[in-house]
Amino acid sequence: MDVLTLSRVQFGATISFHYIYPPLSIGLGVMLVLMEGWWLKTGKPVYHQSARYWTKVFALTFAMGVATGIVMEFEFGTNWATYSRFVGDVFGSALAAEGIFAFFLEAGFLAVLLFGWDKVGPRLHFFSTCMVCLGAHFSAVWIVVANSWMQTPAGYHLVGEGIKARAEITDFWQMVLNPSTVIRLFHTLCGAWSAGAFLVISISAWYLLKKTHREFARASLEAGLAVALAASLLQAVTGHTSAKTVAKHQPAKLAAFEGLYQTTSNAPLTVAGWVDEKHERTSGLRIPGMLSFLAHGDFHAPVTGLREFRPADRPPVTASFFFFHGMVGIGLTLIGIALLGFWGLREGMLDDRRWILWVLVFSVLGPQAANQLGWFAAEVGRQPWLVYGLMRTPEGLSAVVKANAVLGSLILFTFIYFLLFAVFIYLLNDKIQHGPDDADLVLSGKLALPTRE
Amino acid sequence: MHLDLNSIWYVLVGVLFTGYAMLDGFDLGIGALHLFTRKDEERRLMLNSIGPVWDGNEVWLVTGGGALFAAFPNVYATAFSGFYFALFLLLASLIFRAVAIEFRSKRPERWWRQMWDVSFAAGSVLSSLLIGVALGNIAWGVPVDANGEFAGTFLGLLKPYSLLVGVTTVGLFMMHGAIYGVMKTEGELHDKLRVWARRSIIFFVICAVTLTMATLLFVPHLAPLVRENPWLFSVAVANMLAIANVPREFQQGRDGRAFLSSCAAIVTLMVLFALNSFPNLIYSLPNPEHSLTIYNAASSPKTLGIMLVIAGIGLPVVLAYTVSVYWIFRGKVKLDKMSY
Repeated sequence: MDVLTLSRVQFGATISFHYIYPPLSIGLGVMLVLMEGWWLKTGKPVYHQSARYWTKVFALTFAMGVATGIVMEFEFGTNWATYSRFVGDVFGSALAAEGIFAFFLEAGFLAVLLFGWDKVGPRLHFFSTCMVCLGAHFSAVWIVVANSWMQTPAGYHLVGEGIKARAEITDFWQMVLNPSTVIRLFHTLCGAWSAGAFLVISISAWYLLKKTHREFARASLEAGLAVALAASLLQAVTGHTSAKTVAKHQPAKLAAFEGLYQTTSNAPLTVAGWVDEKHERTSGLRIPGMLSFLAHGDFHAPVTGLREFRPADRPPVTASFFFFHGMVGIGLTLIGIALLGFWGLREGMLDDRRWILWVLVFSVLGPQAANQLGWFAAEVGRQPWLVYGLMRTPEGLSAVVKANAVLGSLILFTFIYFLLFAVFIYLLNDKIQHGPDDADLVLSGKLALPTRE
Repeated sequence: MHLDLNSIWYVLVGVLFTGYAMLDGFDLGIGALHLFTRKDEERRLMLNSIGPVWDGNEVWLVTGGGALFAAFPNVYATAFSGFYFALFLLLASLIFRAVAIEFRSKRPERWWRQMWDVSFAAGSVLSSLLIGVALGNIAWGVPVDANGEFAGTFLGLLKPYSLLVGVTTVGLFMMHGAIYGVMKTEGELHDKLRVWARRSIIFFVICAVTLTMATLLFVPHLAPLVRENPWLFSVAVANMLAIANVPREFQQGRDGRAFLSSCAAIVTLMVLFALNSFPNLIYSLPNPEHSLTIYNAASSPKTLGIMLVIAGIGLPVVLAYTVSVYWIFRGKVKLDKMSY
């Protein structure tokens, strides 16, 4: 294989593997804030127990996120050196801000969150929990800013020519708030909240199935379902708005998502189907006019098709189509699952209808799959561009790195990632089997809150 | 040296990497000493002495790397693609080390703990060594072509001089870590660490002396630089005094001061290194005209300015809560149920 393919595979593998963990940290961060806050408000020990238990799960996902995240930062330079020279000036400020505002915040307060339960007062501890959660969200902000700039560049001008060419910043806020940043950030965060919430739901449902830790499981399940429902509903809203932004700024990408070749007014939305790339046709279950309406708010508005673009400027259609439809399908299913869980919980019939609990146990895979597919769609749909309209993917490679070197590092890190994943699953399972600690229900020392009458 | 934005960022990137060496230095050193005791409880105590802070310490490297990318993208691109294999080795060792800290105490089985203990120690030693080798190469100079791309090989990076810097770094971090350990422990382990600290001090001083002589004798472009700027000697003298003060304070049982001296030794070493390199970030040997400097490798003044605002807002906050965290976790380390 050539350097290009190997480097793409390596970066894809690195980022996909990394992206299992940050959404869990962001989502669990929100859950921790809710549970600890609720404990401080109500004084009920079960929420303290919950906060303690989910903190341990959070620590695990956080450690994995840090370990895999450093690789990403390095790979821009190792494999995509020309790209780094090209975007360095623009990304510089975003990455510096991420390091200073997000990483230090998270890592500094994480120490108090994990080890400071009896070293600081409950309020200061809660403050630390909030800061860790905020730090996790900040890191999403800056990385989404950088990625959005690659989708819809703004606030820059080009300087130099040939291999010395680079983008230089002209307006910081235009760069940060480029046309797709805000909506993609919310869409990404909703996915992360779902990931954390459904992990809580899944583990709690498992305890209910096994009939252990019932009080803890119910409390966690309620909180998890509330966040999951809110996040998955918001996900649909932000997804819709995000698609409209794509239609406006990256028409080739939207056309690939929907497998639309011919520019048409009254363009149909393909609910499910397949793409015949050879004959440039898409078949399946379609709703006439719906795509025009969703993309432009008008059933008769024309939607740009792929034929408007030279074949060399089109993204891979089949892949984009399936990633996008997979994401949407799973996303909508998650709303259903959250509603189902709520309904079961409200009616108090989770004990009788064990199939609902089983659905909840497996629901944890949904947001993970949707998050991965969503990013695949976003990044594959951007092809053949590395920076939309400015730099093609092969142009970004390192000039001095040979295929053998990439193959070597790819094999090394594939091995490391499999090992890490095995260890992660093993330890997660270990925590689940161990369950919440009943000693956390008895509060003494600094943890004893004033009792409320 | 006139103070323009480029020079300020040279200093700031230097501050971040110095912060990293000073902070992660002691936890890498604890890692290098980890296998010297066989007792499980003592190993846990050593791990937990760095437990709440190692992660934050590593952030200095991540942020330093980010700042290098941001301020001097050409250096980041050339160094990272040029030192490809070395960097992936560094990444692998940092990952194994980080994961080992998290995972070792999660299971009671002996083989499990032994496996992660070895990963932790090996990862710590290898990381320190590679960081030192990288510094050694930057000080010596590496081949760079007319396009500013690295023109050497991985084996070419392993020259005797850079390996010597690597070994010295391991020694320095071991000394730094051992003194930190002495401060954080009590009883039997404390006494053991005291012995190890004394030995690491001797080992490091021997390395440092050898390295100083090697630098003066063999690094070709340094001699004229020092001849033209005799004041550089004062930094070198400060560095030697700091190093000499470490055993002095330590022998008299003033561990805190010994640790501060060790910090000062690291800082002065980095300052010396930075002054010798300035204004080059990657010195090109044999074609010095291809060197990447703080001017031909930098981002635009506008970006450097924006980043300065960000750093100006962020760094004081970072320092404030870094100090708070160290304050909250001050004193001797004890094991409890939240411990590693």
